[in-house]
Amino acid sequence: MKALDFDWKPLLLAPVLAAVALPLTGSFSTWLTLTVAGLAMGMIIFIIASGLTLVFGLMDVLNFGHGVFIALGAFVASSVLGLMGDWTGSQELWRNLVAVFPAMLVAMAVAGAVGLAFERFIVRPVYGQHLKQILITMGGMIIGEELIKVIWGPAQVPLPLPEALRGSLLIGDAAISKYRLLAVAVGVLVFGLLAWTLGRTKIGLLIRAGVQDREMVESLGYRIGRLFVGVFVVGSALAGLGGVMWGLFQQNLVPQMGAQVNVLIFIVIIIGGLGSTGGALIGALLVGLMTNYIGFLLPTLTQFASILLMVAVLLWRPQGVYPVANR
Amino acid sequence: MFLKRLLSNDMPRSRLLALLLVALFIALAFAPFIFPGVKALSVAAKILVFVVLVASFDLLLGYTGIVSFAHTMFFGIGAYGIAISASRLGPNWGAMLLGLGAALAISLVLSFAIGLFSLRVRAIFFAMITLAVASAFQTLASQLSDFTGGEDGLTFKLPELISPSFEFSEEPFLGVSLDGRLLCYYLLFVVAVVLLLALLRIVNSPFGRVLQAIRENEFRAEAIGYRVVVYRTTAAVLSALFATLAGAMLAIWLRYNGPDTSLSFEIMIDVLLIVVIGGMGTMYGAAIGAVLFVLAQSYLQDLLRVGSEAASGLPWLAALLSPDRWLLWLGVLFVLSVYYFPTGIVGKLRARAAR
Repeated sequence: MKALDFDWKPLLLAPVLAAVALPLTGSFSTWLTLTVAGLAMGMIIFIIASGLTLVFGLMDVLNFGHGVFIALGAFVASSVLGLMGDWTGSQELWRNLVAVFPAMLVAMAVAGAVGLAFERFIVRPVYGQHLKQILITMGGMIIGEELIKVIWGPAQVPLPLPEALRGSLLIGDAAISKYRLLAVAVGVLVFGLLAWTLGRTKIGLLIRAGVQDREMVESLGYRIGRLFVGVFVVGSALAGLGGVMWGLFQQNLVPQMGAQVNVLIFIVIIIGGLGSTGGALIGALLVGLMTNYIGFLLPTLTQFASILLMVAVLLWRPQGVYPVANR
Repeated sequence: MFLKRLLSNDMPRSRLLALLLVALFIALAFAPFIFPGVKALSVAAKILVFVVLVASFDLLLGYTGIVSFAHTMFFGIGAYGIAISASRLGPNWGAMLLGLGAALAISLVLSFAIGLFSLRVRAIFFAMITLAVASAFQTLASQLSDFTGGEDGLTFKLPELISPSFEFSEEPFLGVSLDGRLLCYYLLFVVAVVLLLALLRIVNSPFGRVLQAIRENEFRAEAIGYRVVVYRTTAAVLSALFATLAGAMLAIWLRYNGPDTSLSFEIMIDVLLIVVIGGMGTMYGAAIGAVLFVLAQSYLQDLLRVGSEAASGLPWLAALLSPDRWLLWLGVLFVLSVYYFPTGIVGKLRARAAR
């Protein structure tokens, strides 16, 4: 895409939303707290949604079972963090981070591995058939959710934040919770890595070429099938990472958490335009901000805020803010 | 000849299927006398409700090819219609009719709006949007607690004639006490049969044929000259209205309604499972699937309990076979049936008969 063609209008949505909210919230410090909270929530949602939109955009697979990987990642992290009690209980930040990062890596690895099996046994027979994909991945989600209940039990599992990540920093009068800063950092990192991999590396080039013309790339000697399985695994691993972030955010895990987040994720990728990573980021930030502003201004409407947002965006652009051209 | 007319010329086309359907009809028609006991009658009533609900969903998914996750929303509207009017206006027939009418009107407007909105977006978007709308509606129902009873739901009374306390004969007939509960069951039975026949009539009419054409190839249907938009919206509205009636049936039987009873996402998943296992695109599939599923839901747990106790030596196997994990096995069955029985039980039976 040439720089001149770049569609910049959607980029303004989040700043405009924040600017509209400023006079409504009353004080600048409240607004700052809400905005940072919204951005952090948006980043976590983005991490989860990026996997789904990646799988749809590149492989044309609509995975309604994505929620399983979210829940799986969170539950695996709770087990890992449970084993490292003296590291998470420490007051020192670096020790906490040393505990959290392996938990994230293990969660990603497990979610990725399960994603591999999921692709092989659930998704592979139904490539190219959307209706069956929706049905069978839904079945996969039921199985996954029930297996989580078998392993971790059907009850709630607490996932407390490590000591040093609790509490807030005060900037003026605005309280900014420390965990949210971490979430923003991880989200930016994920987005950067994805954009760089897809846009600047050879693997990214091959994936994009494979989406455009699969036979041609295969006849050049590359195994697109295998590459796409890799995409699915990465998508699942990202969901696992997102699950860890979301779980630490909620500090409380239930086996149905994946299905609960799914609704939010769908809204985000519909706003973004199915398959667009950049769109998913914008959609996630909008949903995060909207939820926090409305949660402060009109708490009863919180659940509807993101849906109203989606309706508004779809009336403006029926294909989402960044439509993926060849679908 | 009469039967052919009654079934709108959509014969079972398989001897085994015909036998199953006749057995099913007889079992449901005489359920209070054949299967004594409170649980058995409740299971039979639940089957009646689900047959209508699933058949109405099949009109959308199986015949028109629209994947919607908002179907339980209309089911819930029907149930709340009866529940709210009966608990506000008292136990009389006028209140019930008013509640039902209001519920149908709300469903009509909502499904029309969703249907029209969906025209702007692609099919996959529609599935996701309906999921979001349904979850918002569920939240709304539990938040408006003054109106809907919130999470606790509403318990209400219905007219004397169909409540368990009413006995119209001192003498039990064939060992079954003749009370309002029996009348209520037969009310549901008649309504379910009428609604299923009406749905059969709809899908076998010229209108139904157009729906199937749209499912097979939307572009061609439009090219032949059918306004796909109009047909799709009509199918969505009709399907919503039938689901509303099924919801009203549920509320009348339970004399209770709450978010988990009629609106929960689990019910939506159940409906999806039933349609696929029974066979998409056949009303008979909805009926057979609903019976199998409700029976499994009600009795598979007992079976699993036996298995779990037998496997108590192996803890992980016992955990897999625990009665609470019955949905796991249903999920496995579901995935396998999408793999191996893409046309469901009815499709399989018909294919066998055609060979």
